[in-house]
Amino acid sequence: MFKFDKLVFGDAGWGDEFLIATLMTLIVSILSMGLGLFLAIITVWAKIIQNRITRFIANFYTTVIRGVPELLVIYLIFFGGNAVVMSIAKVFGYNKYIELNALTIATIAIAVISATYSSEVLRASYLAISKGQIEAARALGMNKFSIFFKVISPQVIRHALPGIGNVWQITLKDTSLISVTGLVEIMRQSRISSNVEHSPLTFLITAAILYLCLTTISGRVFKTLEVNYSKGFST
Amino acid sequence: MIEFLNSIQNSLIYKNFFLVLSGLDNTILLLLISLPLGFVLALLFALGRVSKITLLSRTIASYIFVIRGTPLLVQIYLIYFGLGSVKFIRESFLWYALKEPFWCGVIALTINTVAYGAEIFRGGIQSIEKSQVESGLSLGFGKFLLLRKIILPIAIRKVLPSYGNELILMVKATSLVSLTTYMEMTGIARKIMAKTFAPVEAFIAAGILYLFLNFLMVQFVKYLEWKYNPHLRLNN
Repeated sequence: MFKFDKLVFGDAGWGDEFLIATLMTLIVSILSMGLGLFLAIITVWAKIIQNRITRFIANFYTTVIRGVPELLVIYLIFFGGNAVVMSIAKVFGYNKYIELNALTIATIAIAVISATYSSEVLRASYLAISKGQIEAARALGMNKFSIFFKVISPQVIRHALPGIGNVWQITLKDTSLISVTGLVEIMRQSRISSNVEHSPLTFLITAAILYLCLTTISGRVFKTLEVNYSKGFST
Repeated sequence: MIEFLNSIQNSLIYKNFFLVLSGLDNTILLLLISLPLGFVLALLFALGRVSKITLLSRTIASYIFVIRGTPLLVQIYLIYFGLGSVKFIRESFLWYALKEPFWCGVIALTINTVAYGAEIFRGGIQSIEKSQVESGLSLGFGKFLLLRKIILPIAIRKVLPSYGNELILMVKATSLVSLTTYMEMTGIARKIMAKTFAPVEAFIAAGILYLFLNFLMVQFVKYLEWKYNPHLRLNN
């Protein structure tokens, strides 16, 4: 029932395929985490400026995406994404068939999900900054741009890092759902290999171990970052 | 007006809505078994995790580490495809449960929620002030009475918000069981999409139902919080 000898590198085994698949998982996670953080910053901005319409849109977005299964969001973007892009292209007078590649769709889908979690983390850590700091910066004559980069963001990063670490773990695990779109990451690779070798247990355990390594190592990295960024904190 | 109503009744979302609704009972069935079972086991595992028996505590800690470090999809596939491929399991009595995607889903969801739940309850148990346990001891409470009357009520009350979060995650997690050919709401939505080639309409219908289910879950948790925190109510 176990065929762990099939995991060697080269043509005889699946080792190199799994290595590439692991890299693909990492690429999708990093890209979607980055895009997700960008979307999250916009969402937080929409929530904290005193504007009812933007706040409603942002709240609607986070509530709906967090209340709907991730798989459904991925299906919706995977099957519905092309139609949306084509109808947008039509507005600009481009009538040919467009097909987004799997990596783009995967990144967008996971980013849309991960942004809702990141936005909650970022919002909470923005609210943790005392108002006096921003007022003090204004009193020194700093403009909005430098207030954001020199006063707000360093502190938001420090407060948000533990939460962002959690979101990263969730995002990493959510990329396994992307296998339904056919992108060859760890999960997809283990299904392909087990279908060929008729030994699902071997390759699913391999996938589990790979995910475990990824989450553990990245957990360590975030711990180090946390220590590094909280140097200024008097504990 | 009548024309408008007719157009609604003929719209794809309206039709899909009732088709997807027929999968609601399967989704709820998954939750009805795995959530209570997961709650009880999570409590037991949390107690084992904080116990002084090192072997038990270490074993549970590594169980939690493995389950929280791997995606739920891997766990579902391991149970559905992985265990099904082992010969002696296929010949044993376990096969009666493991050949059904439903029971595989229930087992995987339970295993998953127990790991997350145990960690939540551990936080609740460890956050209890020592003085409360000591006052219980000074009143002559035995271990079991202490657990039943002091530790568990306070711990559960404290972790209700975060356990509520876990419950909502579980509602969402049931959608993954559709990947083992079990026909719950996501599975049906997927089938509708394959038939009609109208993905947006099919998945929006399912999305509305999931939102509704989660809304009910949030209300349930809010009610529990209200019920078990009488000292925090503004007016009785």
